[in-house]
Order: sequence, then structure tokens, then C-alpha cells
Amino acid sequence: MNNKKTKKKIAWLRYSWGDRIFLAVVYTSLILITLVCLYPLYFTVIASFSDAFDVYSGKVNLLPSGFSIDSYKLVFQNKSIWVDYGNTLLYTVVGTVFNLILTIPAAYALSRKCMYGRNFLMTVFLITMYFGGGMIPTYMLFDSMNLLNTRGILILCGGVSVYNVIVTRTFFQNNIPDSLMEAAKIDGASEFLIFGRIVIPLSAPIIAVMTLYYAVAHWNSYFDAMIYINDVDLQPLQLVLRRILILNERAYTDALEGGASAELLANAANRAHMAVTMKYALVFISSAPMLILYPFIQKHFVKGIMVGSVKG
Amino acid sequence: MSPVNNSTTAANKTKHLYKQLKKSWPFYVMLLPALIYIIIFAYGPMYGVQIAFKDYRASKGIWGSEWVGFKHFIRFFQYPKFWTLLWNTLRINLISLATFPCAIIFALFLNEVSQVKLKKTIQMITYMPHFLTEVVVCSLVILFLDRTFGPVNNLIAFFGGERQNFMGMPEAFSLIYVLSGLWQNLGWSTILYISALSSISSEEIEAAKIDGASRLQIMRYINIPGIMPTIITFIMRMGSLLGVGFSKVLLLQNDLNLDASSVISTYTYEIGLLGGQFSYSSAIGLFNNLVNIALLLITNKIAQKLSDTSLF
Repeated sequence: MNNKKTKKKIAWLRYSWGDRIFLAVVYTSLILITLVCLYPLYFTVIASFSDAFDVYSGKVNLLPSGFSIDSYKLVFQNKSIWVDYGNTLLYTVVGTVFNLILTIPAAYALSRKCMYGRNFLMTVFLITMYFGGGMIPTYMLFDSMNLLNTRGILILCGGVSVYNVIVTRTFFQNNIPDSLMEAAKIDGASEFLIFGRIVIPLSAPIIAVMTLYYAVAHWNSYFDAMIYINDVDLQPLQLVLRRILILNERAYTDALEGGASAELLANAANRAHMAVTMKYALVFISSAPMLILYPFIQKHFVKGIMVGSVKG
Repeated sequence: MSPVNNSTTAANKTKHLYKQLKKSWPFYVMLLPALIYIIIFAYGPMYGVQIAFKDYRASKGIWGSEWVGFKHFIRFFQYPKFWTLLWNTLRINLISLATFPCAIIFALFLNEVSQVKLKKTIQMITYMPHFLTEVVVCSLVILFLDRTFGPVNNLIAFFGGERQNFMGMPEAFSLIYVLSGLWQNLGWSTILYISALSSISSEEIEAAKIDGASRLQIMRYINIPGIMPTIITFIMRMGSLLGVGFSKVLLLQNDLNLDASSVISTYTYEIGLLGGQFSYSSAIGLFNNLVNIALLLITNKIAQKLSDTSLF
């Protein structure tokens, strides 16, 4: 132990004064940035478990004060949050499957040099990355197709991301050798067989990355739902979050009717205090699934960024 | 050339084309679902864009409505707040662009950390905010800046300052927008640079050390030039990211900060979907799209000047 310490000390002494100042600046700023990134998340957790009045009066800053799970009780009593949680799961799962069915085969086709008219077709896709009809013409199109206020619209929205098609195409170009497909063709395999039996099994990494990208996009999106969906029962979670967290809609109506926690909301002051800690609890509950999954999926995301960074 | 010869080459060409198409048809089948999607949902709205030059009447339909030329564009240019909207849009985008060195500096600093565990911990924590949704991040911003109970104001009060209603200050809006984006994505955007840094040869660095180079000099003369290509690719990609983030502007917008937070796209939303003026807002949307393309071309030109690589 002592030996280790002296070794470290010697390493430190080897640095010149300039290097020491430099390293001090580096480490200080890194630690500061890390703390700034962590603190809001930490604060959300402690505030959600603290006494509502203490949070409201600014007493909770570094440590929780007066443990309480009242805010969680109220959130769990709000039915629309759970209906919308379910909706989001549905849109994310079905929507992502739809995205993958469109994206993976298309990207594969666009990666094959022997496809006639490949450059033209690629251009057809690329143009949409830079130019679009805009919000109103898109809205009118959905309206004319009678898709407004249906579940289908949230699954259809963002069906193909051209950026993701390019990333996937780059993966195919760089990772599936042409010789493999030539060999299969000589053995008499059709292009569909090659795609299904050879290419897909070799593409697990990119399929994982695309699943994540699309799933996160569905999970995050509130804007499409805000424009196209009026029916409260069809709305995704992010929209109810927006109503409660951003627009300050009262989130405890259900609780008041239920009567179970009525004493928590007995007077206006209590309600104002509870509204704040409830928001923190809601932030925590709605973000927890992602933050729990995150350590497991981070690797795939990083891989996706790498694949996408190669110009194809 | 004799006419006979001509017809044979034409026949050959047709034959060649037929052969090409026969070879390509499986790929067309794979591409078809995505292509149909793109044509309906990306090119379909582009057909609808013509209402920007018409007086759209629902009873007459898109095609039947009367042409009015640039009437709606002129109306927008003469709108008293036109310059405010344009400037707000540009300002938010420009300040966002200007923060890109932060990620580079952060990556360079992180690269100086020799303790693997510490480095991994810092990465793990700074990546975390990236996994929160837009609605959640914006609500955290609003909660943290709250005048009565927000931790930021608690800190100001602790040092004897005056509590401020930051969300109600137009002059603070762009800063809030950009800093919250930085908080969410700083760690995440270092991934590309860190991988580029890890591919710099350690021999070169060792040689520089033997020659007595300080750490700062190694960073300046080896690490930064080493990641220059990555930096330039990134700058170019940012061009295409302009115009994104409108949904976040909408989340942070309130009646008090409208002077700084109304951008072209929020105005389109307001006029079109909330106000029902389809033609006028389509014209504004089209103008916004053209501004974005112009900005993209400018960034690409600058990047071209900086290096030989370019987006097109």
C-alpha cells in the first residue's frame, strides 16, 4: 500500500510545473462537469422522496429532508399516466417493428452496386432529408387519409428515417463481403434467400442499433402526438408529461375523486407544495426505465455512432 | 452511322436494360415498401406545398384553389415581427453551433485521464442526461430555475443574491436553451472524438515526450491535428441539424419570454394549426425550409474551405 503511494508520488514528481498546473485544470474541470451532469438527477430523486413543504421552501438542496412517498402515491393514482404509459409502449413496439421492416431491406437494396438505378433511387431518398413539405401540408395529407386521431398515425409517423437508412447501408457495404454473396449465387441461392439466410444473421449489430434508435425516437416523441391526436385515451406518455410538467395541469384530479389521499390535498397551500414534489416523482418514474436500461444499451448506441460516422 | 447500325445498338441497349432490370428486380422488391412510404409521406406533402402560392379553400381542394403568387410570402415579409422571428431563429442556431468546441475540449481533457476507472465513471455519468426525453429535460429546466423553490435560485439566495424568474426573461432564453442542450448532450457528443483520439499512435506521443514536450504541447500539436478530420466531418453534419429542436423551443416557451422564444417554426405552428391559416403558414414553412437549406450550404462551404472533404 505504502509502496503504491510512493510510486504515485514519484510519478507526480516527474511532471514539470507546467504539466502539474495543466493536469490540475483538467481534473478540476472534469470533476465539475461530472457533478453538474449528476446533480439534477440526484436532486430529482431526493426531492421526490422529501417532504413537500421542505422542497417548496428551498430547504432541500444537498440532502433529502423528511422522508415521504406521498408524491409517488399521488402519481400512481393518476390513471391517465398509466393509460398513456401503456400507449407509449404500444407505439414504441409496433412502430419500431414497422420501422425495421421498412429500413433494413431498403438499406440492403441500396447497398448493392448491381441494382440498376441505385444512384437515382438514393437521390430520391436523400432529397427528403433536406427538403420537405412542412407541417401544414403534412397535416393536410394525414387529414385527407382520415388518419387524424388514430393510433395508426403515431406508428406511421417517421416510418423511414433516411439518416438511419444511410447508416444501415454503410454497415452493409463495410461488413458484408461481396464474395460471400457471389459464392451463394453460384450455389443457386436467390437474392431473397441470400438476404434472409446470409445477410440478416450477419447483421445483428446494426439491427440492434436501429432497434434502439427507432425505439428511443418513439419513446421521446411528443410533437406528432400533440399535433395529430386529440383523444386523451390515445395519447403517449410524453404528452401527459408535457401537460403536467410544462403546462402545470393539475395532476391530482383523480386522487381527489378517489379520496384515498384527500387529506394530502386538503388545502390550497398543501396542493401547491405537493404539485412540485409530484413533478419530481413523475420525472423519476418516467425516466427510470431508460436510465435502468442505459448501462446495458450504451455500448450499442456508441457502436451506432461509429457506424454512422463513416461516410458512405 | 447507318440506320441499320443505329437500330441494332438501340436493340442492344434495350436488351442490356432488360438484363439489368431482370437482375435488379429482387432489390426493387426489397426497396419498394420504403420507397412507397417516402413517396406518400415525404413527397406527398411536397405536392401540397403549392398551397403556399394559392388561397386554399377546403371546398375547392388543393388543386382547385386559386393561384395568388407570392402574396403570402409578401405578407410574411411585411409582418412587423418578421425580423424578430428571423433573428431569433438564427440566434438560437448560431449559439448552438458556437458551443461545438465544448465537446472537443471535454474529449481532449478526458483523454488526459490515465486512471481507467475514473475515466469510465466520468463517461458513464456524463452520458446519462442524453437518455432523458426532451419533455423531461425541459421540465427539469423549468423546475430548477423556478423563482421560489428552484435549486439555482436557492444557490443565488444562499450567496445573498436576488431570486430571479429566469424563464420569464427574454434575454436569458437563448442561453437557457443552449446550456440545457449542452447539459444533455455534452458527454454524449464526445464519443466520436474519444474514438478518434484513441487511434492516434502512442509512438508519436512517446517520441514527443522524450523530446521534452509538455502535455499541453502534445495536446496542441499531436492530439488536435489528429482529430481534425473528425471535427470537420462533425461541423458539416451540424449544418443538417439546423432547424431541429423546434419542439424544444415550444416546450420552453411561455408568455413572458415570447420576445426571444418565438422562432419561425413556432410561428408556423401558431398560425397554421392553432389559427387555421393553411396557405399563409405553408408559405412561412417553405421560407423556413429555404433558410435552413441556405444555412446548410453555407456551413458546407465553410467546411469545404477548411478541408478537402465536403458533404456533397
